[in-house]
Amino acid sequence: MSQETKPKAPLSIEGAIILPYRYAAGGVMSRFLIALRDSKKTLGIRCSRCNMVYVPPRETCLHCFGRMDEWVELEGSGTVESYTVVRYSLPVHPMAAPFAFALIKLDGADTSLTHLLGEIDLEKIKVGMKVEPVYSESRKASILDISYFRPAN
Amino acid sequence: MNEKVGIVAQAQTKYEPLKEGVDLSEMIFDVVKQVREQTGLKFTLDGTGIDSTVTCSQDLWDGRTISGMFASDVAGAHLRPEEKVAGNGVSAAAYGCMQILSGHYDVVLMVAWCRESITNGRLVEWMSMEPFVHRMLGMDFCAAAALQARRYMDKYSVTPEDCARVVVRAHSNARNNPYAQSPRKLSVEDVLKSKELASPIRELDAKPTSDGACAIILAREDKAKKITSNPIWIKGFGSCYDAHMPGDRDLAKCDALVSAARQAYKEAGIKDPAKEISLAEISASYAYQELMYTEGLGLCGEGEAKELLAKGVTDMGGRLPVNPSGGSLVGNPVTVDGAVRVAEAFLQLSNQAGARQVPGARVAVAHGVDGACGQLHNVMVLGI
Ligand SMILES: [Zn+2]
Repeated sequence: MSQETKPKAPLSIEGAIILPYRYAAGGVMSRFLIALRDSKKTLGIRCSRCNMVYVPPRETCLHCFGRMDEWVELEGSGTVESYTVVRYSLPVHPMAAPFAFALIKLDGADTSLTHLLGEIDLEKIKVGMKVEPVYSESRKASILDISYFRPAN
Repeated sequence: MNEKVGIVAQAQTKYEPLKEGVDLSEMIFDVVKQVREQTGLKFTLDGTGIDSTVTCSQDLWDGRTISGMFASDVAGAHLRPEEKVAGNGVSAAAYGCMQILSGHYDVVLMVAWCRESITNGRLVEWMSMEPFVHRMLGMDFCAAAALQARRYMDKYSVTPEDCARVVVRAHSNARNNPYAQSPRKLSVEDVLKSKELASPIRELDAKPTSDGACAIILAREDKAKKITSNPIWIKGFGSCYDAHMPGDRDLAKCDALVSAARQAYKEAGIKDPAKEISLAEISASYAYQELMYTEGLGLCGEGEAKELLAKGVTDMGGRLPVNPSGGSLVGNPVTVDGAVRVAEAFLQLSNQAGARQVPGARVAVAHGVDGACGQLHNVMVLGI
């Protein structure tokens, strides 16, 4: 018997982690998503102690650890704070590459929302440009009920 | 710190884009065997050898849950204790240090590993994002970093050429590092001509896929001095998280790093890091991060790292070399990245860094990071 442990062509086997999950949205995220679905409205939540409006909304304030319960209805339009044109593809991308992600400071919010840009020349995106949401026809209470943001006239 | 904890040994594999024909256990065994042989220490339960193991790995990168469990034998934890840190190696080394400072153990093995080649890393990153917004959008760390790169570069007038110079320097330094993954002779133009991944980030701006492992041994002062004639002391440690969602932060800044560094310097008694630190080993997955983190570590003012780079201050032979090893831009796997920074700081301070030695190095800072756009920063100050 040969004492050699390393064969000429070592093997590998295919594998995958396939597990179903149901992530609970909680009251605040649910209300935000339902407002997108049912009334095409973007809701923020305000911390009255810090005078900060968060979008997407969450239960607690990052800065004071307090609970937030003051809802704010936003116009939905905003300003591009940063953007990137993505040139690689992942099976989880909602758009085919090349496409653009942007950080959008919605009017009336103090945080930025990450989203997609559409109806836009990818070479002509600029930081500081005004954008507005384009809603999906078939809305499912998802952040993708906003299909993307496009340049505001 | 009142009590002293020393690092007495390190071992690294060569980092490679695909370690073919070696399984993960062999990779871990390789580095653990080396630090055992260097120190002459065995795994014991009577206080005469290595008392415990801290492992550093992440489940989704390994493709199994509680991924330390499959490697208990090669990590020295067969019928022995092991604790896992699912983060970066600076954090894992600090955890080992705290095990000793607590009085629970005297000598601790820390071993970090990752085979990035076995899966699609962008999907692992995607899985780490919260599921309602960023995961629905298909966001991974590269696209998130690109959003940050543009904010940082806009705010401080950092050009793609400045970032390309970071990459050129990384590969140039890495040619002196026998562990480095295929260092290349690059020009600024080569970097600027490489394929765009997510603007403004190009392929050569980004850390490549990498496989490898790194081990270090930590020991209480009295034992450290018996194990080696030149232990390197952990002088200070700091850790700080920022908000998970990139849009909650000012991405042009790295406030969490500033805070982590402040804690570490305070503990180490460092008042002016730019003057007192001999070299920095910084974790950066993208070139702009090496500049941003040089600033966050207080080695210069905000927006000034590109000037330090242009003047050669952070080059080998400069006053404050950054990443003499080449750093992660040449290829160090995630979760091993931070461990390499600590191991390289140890080699420098114990004058064992060979062709990449910074002459007369006395104090080094090792930096680790986790999460999209640097959500968590760990800073360790080491000294002779
Ligand atoms: Zn508040």
